[in-house]
Amino acid sequence: MSDQAIVEKLKAKFSAAVLEVVEYRGETTVTMAKEPIVEICIFMRDECGYNLLTDLCGVDYLGKTPRFMVVYNLYNIATKQRLRIKVPVEEQDATVDTVSTVWGTANWHERECWDLLGISFNGHPDLRRILMPADWEGYPLRKDYPLQGPDREPYQGRLS
Amino acid sequence: MGGVDQTKTLGNGFVTTSLDKLVNWSRASSLWPMTFGLACCAIEMMATGAARFDLDRMGVLFRASPRQADVIIIAGTVTKKMLPVIQTVYEQMPEPRYVIAMGACASSGGVFDTYSVVQGIDEYLPVDVYIPGCPPRPEGLLYGLMKLQEKIKAERNTFGAAIGVGDVVQPTMASSV
Repeated sequence: MSDQAIVEKLKAKFSAAVLEVVEYRGETTVTMAKEPIVEICIFMRDECGYNLLTDLCGVDYLGKTPRFMVVYNLYNIATKQRLRIKVPVEEQDATVDTVSTVWGTANWHERECWDLLGISFNGHPDLRRILMPADWEGYPLRKDYPLQGPDREPYQGRLS
Repeated sequence: MGGVDQTKTLGNGFVTTSLDKLVNWSRASSLWPMTFGLACCAIEMMATGAARFDLDRMGVLFRASPRQADVIIIAGTVTKKMLPVIQTVYEQMPEPRYVIAMGACASSGGVFDTYSVVQGIDEYLPVDVYIPGCPPRPEGLLYGLMKLQEKIKAERNTFGAAIGVGDVVQPTMASSV
């Protein structure tokens, strides 16, 4: 089944949730609403054969609304096809339902996403920091986080 | 001898300095580093310990326990998450203990001028020798270890401090550069 056919299948099933479909250099990206993400993922896994979640990550588009995106990179091991699903997340309500029930690997990826970007995942079994120290404050991968840490003067260039 | 205070057990007499030299020679000749690598500097440290450069010939034997170690070589980038581990290992080492900051990261944070990296281990541990390089070649580490041996050999009242009389007098290092 081609990527277009899978996108058509996805549109037929979740017509209201599909926001945008982009194909760029042979990679298909589908932007979808975040509310039915668990049903979408179960559908992709069971009906379309995307049995591997290669990566789940967050993106900070500071200055745009919605500010964040959560990206699901799916892989079909049998047909060697890839598909990317993106979900916009508002800054005020930075929560997405967990898909760790769909793919077990999402557990640690969602922890990383929460650790570094502060996007929390509803229903996650063990949402705590994974890369930063347990007592860390703030989300360092956010674009407005000071690069050298909140307790230091920012570097102004070599003449500063 | 009239002006010398004879009641002091450890002054600048002949016997005391000789014992100091014996203690210093023993310590400098059996510098056992803690087996502790953090980043690519640890690869160079391993190369220094292996056959070509052969740290064993200098009495430098890597020990797998901080209880048996005399010196810790901070070989690599120290992240803030790793810092409590390093501090615990350092505190577990028996005195006298020495610290070598190996490479740019351990000395100053190096290129990692970011929120997650300690900007030089000397903010937390008393560093004896800094070795420049990114990473330093084995010759650099050997030179740093020899500098540390020089520093240990220049310490004064080490015997007195070992039996509980007074403190070790650290040398001023300006002369040995």
